[in-house]
Amino acid sequence: MSSRIELDGVRQTFLVKGEDDKRLREFVALDDLDLTVAAGELVTVVGPSGCGKSTVLDLVAGLSRPTSGEARVDGKVITGPGLDRSVVFQQYTLLPWRTAQANVEFALEARGGLRKAERAELAREYLELVGLTDFANRLPSELSGGMKQRVAIARSLCYEPGVLLMDEPFGALDAQTRERLQEELLEIWRRTGTTIVFITHDIDEAVFLGQRVAVMTGRPGRITETITIDLDRSVAADVDIRASQEFAAYRHRIWSLLRHQAVRPQLKEVRGVA
Amino acid sequence: MPSSVIEERIEARPNPRQEAAAGVRSARSRSRSTGTWVRGLLGVLLLAAIWELAPRLGLVDSYFFPPLHVVLQTWWEMVRDGEMWKHTRASLIRAGVGFATALVVAIPLGAAVAWYRPVRELLTPSMEFFRNTAALALLPVFTLVLGIGELSKIAIVFYACFFPILLSTIAGVATVDPQLLRSARVLGLSPSATFRKVVFPAAVPTIFTGIRISGAAAILVLIAAEMVGANAGLGFLINYAQYNFLIPKMYAAILTTSLLGLAVNYGLVALEKRFSRWRV
Repeated sequence: MSSRIELDGVRQTFLVKGEDDKRLREFVALDDLDLTVAAGELVTVVGPSGCGKSTVLDLVAGLSRPTSGEARVDGKVITGPGLDRSVVFQQYTLLPWRTAQANVEFALEARGGLRKAERAELAREYLELVGLTDFANRLPSELSGGMKQRVAIARSLCYEPGVLLMDEPFGALDAQTRERLQEELLEIWRRTGTTIVFITHDIDEAVFLGQRVAVMTGRPGRITETITIDLDRSVAADVDIRASQEFAAYRHRIWSLLRHQAVRPQLKEVRGVA
Repeated sequence: MPSSVIEERIEARPNPRQEAAAGVRSARSRSRSTGTWVRGLLGVLLLAAIWELAPRLGLVDSYFFPPLHVVLQTWWEMVRDGEMWKHTRASLIRAGVGFATALVVAIPLGAAVAWYRPVRELLTPSMEFFRNTAALALLPVFTLVLGIGELSKIAIVFYACFFPILLSTIAGVATVDPQLLRSARVLGLSPSATFRKVVFPAAVPTIFTGIRISGAAAILVLIAAEMVGANAGLGFLINYAQYNFLIPKMYAAILTTSLLGLAVNYGLVALEKRFSRWRV
């Protein structure tokens, strides 16, 4: 199952208080942001910290609603969280008192409509998908960071959402675990066909995972450019795609775009003073 | 064998991957070595020996401080003729009823206080006030209002148990990891399901801290209350024995009180461990 996501001229503002004058102001987190993700597509959103990446994800997840503009899933306006979308957060949001297996079942309990035995069976299936069959009875505290995130992915996928939203899910992992999980995620994506929106500040990760990379600018957050990544991923597993020339070219292009942005706000401030 | 707490804590152990590869689990946290038990027993025996020998050697007055074997003999007689059980039962019922009532009232109330902001704002100042009023200071009030019967004793146990449980419940519910709440929200859990499946289980270990404090407080306060006015119960027995110069009886009753406290505390600690195994 997979769904299509559309963000149309989305603007998101928050009420904030000035640090010096304590006056209420409007903080523009996102302005006129457009993004379309086709059904079954894997799009990565890359941008500097604080540019509003997570705000975009919150909108699609239904945890917040845009100030203006529209966010839609399969043509329907998003009004709140729903089981057609699931989220994997950067912090491991597993219930620490439940085993890996029971954590996956937790999502199925939330969905409802399944008997206990069916839930257990389905949970086992998805733990197998993320390669954790042997760890089903472990508590989160007995798992490594990478394993915890795998459980979180299994939990997010087990109720077959149309969209999987991932908010820097591998950010807290060590480099090797991260690379392995990236490869596993691609494998899972191919097998399940779920639409994935993957948020990251890591350019390599964005290029490696994304069919398309949406590059985001900050203050206010908007997507400046969307780059289609055309890498030959069918090559054997022992070929390091990240070392290829094409990969480096994409990487450099995005790096330049982000670099460019980082300078701009500063210039603006200088002008403001003068 | 590690000798200090620091060494014990930082002792090397296999990581989960290594454990899985070998199909084992770290043995570190599980077994207390036999050495621990032997040493603990040795300490108890030493104390018993001092109690036995000090009066015999004339270091203390053996009339006011009878040797251990005399106390134990009296204790055993009281156990056999049912006198000890009669008083212990009276105390247990009072403590149990007061404690259980406190549990039943304080946990839902604490959850409501933490969950609903207006309730919290309404009750916090008065709660702080009552919390800092010692239960025993209110004993005369309870006796005055509720009489010298069972009710006043149960009420004071309730009062003493109520606040630790209430405050720990509030703390437990209020400090639930917001990330867990977010993920429950994403899964579309209803507020009541979120409370049942996420908030309450997360709060249980914190609540248990309060429950354990209450267990100790229940016995402490009850013994004091029984000393002031009662015709049964361990507190009454201690006082009665002292008035009538039945010194070994007094010590036997004190010993029973300690054993009771010990049993309650160990029981609650075991329960607490059972419910907060996940918290490392």
